[in-house]
Amino acid sequence: MESLELQIAEWRSFVGRQPAVGGRDMEELETHLRDQVADLNAAGLADDEAFLVAVKRMGGLDVLSREFAREHSGRLWRQLVLSGAEDDAAAVDNRWPEALLFAVGAAVAIQIARVVAAFPEEEPAWLFRNAILLVLPFLAGWFARRRQLPRRQSLVLAGSFLAAAVAINVYPWGDGGTTQGLATVHLLVVLWFVVAYAYIGGDVASHEKRMDFVRFSGEWFIYYVLIALGGGVLMALTAGILGPAGIDAERIAEWVIPSGAAGAVIVAALLVESKQRVVENMAPVLTMLFTPLFAVMLTVAAFAYALTGFGRAFDRELLGLFDVLMVVVLGLVLYGMSARDRSKPPGWMDRIQLVAVVGALLLDVMVLVSMATRIGDLGLTANRVAALGLNLLLLVNLAMTAWLSFRFLSERGTFHRVERWQTAYLPVFAVWAAAVVVVLPPAFSFA
Amino acid sequence: MQIDKDLVAASATPMVLAILAEGSNYGYAILKRVRELSEGELEWTDGMLYPLLHRLDRFGFVTTEWRTPPEGRRRKYYALTDEGHAALAEQKRQWVTVTRALGDVWGGGLSQLAVQGGI
Repeated sequence: MESLELQIAEWRSFVGRQPAVGGRDMEELETHLRDQVADLNAAGLADDEAFLVAVKRMGGLDVLSREFAREHSGRLWRQLVLSGAEDDAAAVDNRWPEALLFAVGAAVAIQIARVVAAFPEEEPAWLFRNAILLVLPFLAGWFARRRQLPRRQSLVLAGSFLAAAVAINVYPWGDGGTTQGLATVHLLVVLWFVVAYAYIGGDVASHEKRMDFVRFSGEWFIYYVLIALGGGVLMALTAGILGPAGIDAERIAEWVIPSGAAGAVIVAALLVESKQRVVENMAPVLTMLFTPLFAVMLTVAAFAYALTGFGRAFDRELLGLFDVLMVVVLGLVLYGMSARDRSKPPGWMDRIQLVAVVGALLLDVMVLVSMATRIGDLGLTANRVAALGLNLLLLVNLAMTAWLSFRFLSERGTFHRVERWQTAYLPVFAVWAAAVVVVLPPAFSFA
Repeated sequence: MQIDKDLVAASATPMVLAILAEGSNYGYAILKRVRELSEGELEWTDGMLYPLLHRLDRFGFVTTEWRTPPEGRRRKYYALTDEGHAALAEQKRQWVTVTRALGDVWGGGLSQLAVQGGI
């Protein structure tokens, strides 16, 4: 009997080393093993024989942990189990040169455009319109290579970038029109969805992969901000040190900042793809930190504005700020969902998230009411249509999220539903952004 | 007879749902029931059952509860929810359609074989 316990303990520690198999799963598997051994004992097998048969029936460890990893991809989206931890480091080394090639490509492309445009002496509008179009194709291209995108999907990818380039450049933009600015910002959103297409390998129907992309976006953002901070420190020091030596740091910045910003887009993606352990430790902490803070801020803001009303204070800048705030909240909620361990029952983080969502929802309703009266008084402009559309999209999304989260928390629904609602809603944002790029400018005669 | 792996995988969900429709149960007992129902023809690797059960849990088809019966080990019991029942009904419809279609196509052949075999 003692040797059986020893064997089971050994088996436990062996299976427990698989990151995809959680503690509770371990317990479940162990009971299963013990049940099996007991039955085999009853059938006349000795302990060690019974143990061997039971372990054999349980299945190979690699297959087992792959199945667990597939189901609990949130617990293990690094999927180190699938590749093995050792060759992961080697794989990163192999990936560097290729990624650097794409990063340098983006850096050079943006630099050529800058030189042609003579930025910053001149500030031609076409440069701002097209800047993102010069960078994101490299990111998408890198993903297409890494995912070995089939020919047809590659054509769709290239076609999307081409269509975007045509759409943003054929219109007779006026000078300093708002529709141009709106189209530029929304183009960024559209192109990020095109990158998503490459990221998920063209498998648009897969909700799991959509969620993976959401997680990627959050982590990419964190890495990008970190790189930008480092770059900022470097540039400040450069200016401080080289200034007295008679070297014009501004000239250096002109070259380094645009290229660095473009290259960092791909480098951040590489870091997310290969150094997941690092960001995995950081990202959930950041969400845990900021979701409650945003929840408090949103609740206070909702109460404050409910008491005072928007009144005169509600100008264009404030409206834009509210849109940013709500997008950030939605991003935070989405990221929080993507990083959540799906097998866990509802917890306090889910409650705080619901508070944040409800706060954002209330603010959104107030913004919409105020916007409706404003539009009633002053008529429609491109800006108001874009803001109105975004707020309506967010209203629908947040309302449904709040309802489904509430059902989840009161244990009448599942987290799967909330998650599914978000992934199903993503294309709506893409379509709306595309409409703002393509339909809105002519509708307001490029004002 | 070795049943094709894909077929085993495809039938796993309806099989588990149907067994849980008989009453809440735990992993090991579910597997024993599968062996019994298929007379040992459906060979599952035991460990594969659990990721499947967790998936059903995530979809809200089952609820889980750790229970310790008076004489026995602490086990995780799975019970079918209303949504699980609905999913089972849907699976049933699909499988009935498939088996009926196959039956129609094979029907003549099967009875002929039976005649030739003198059954």
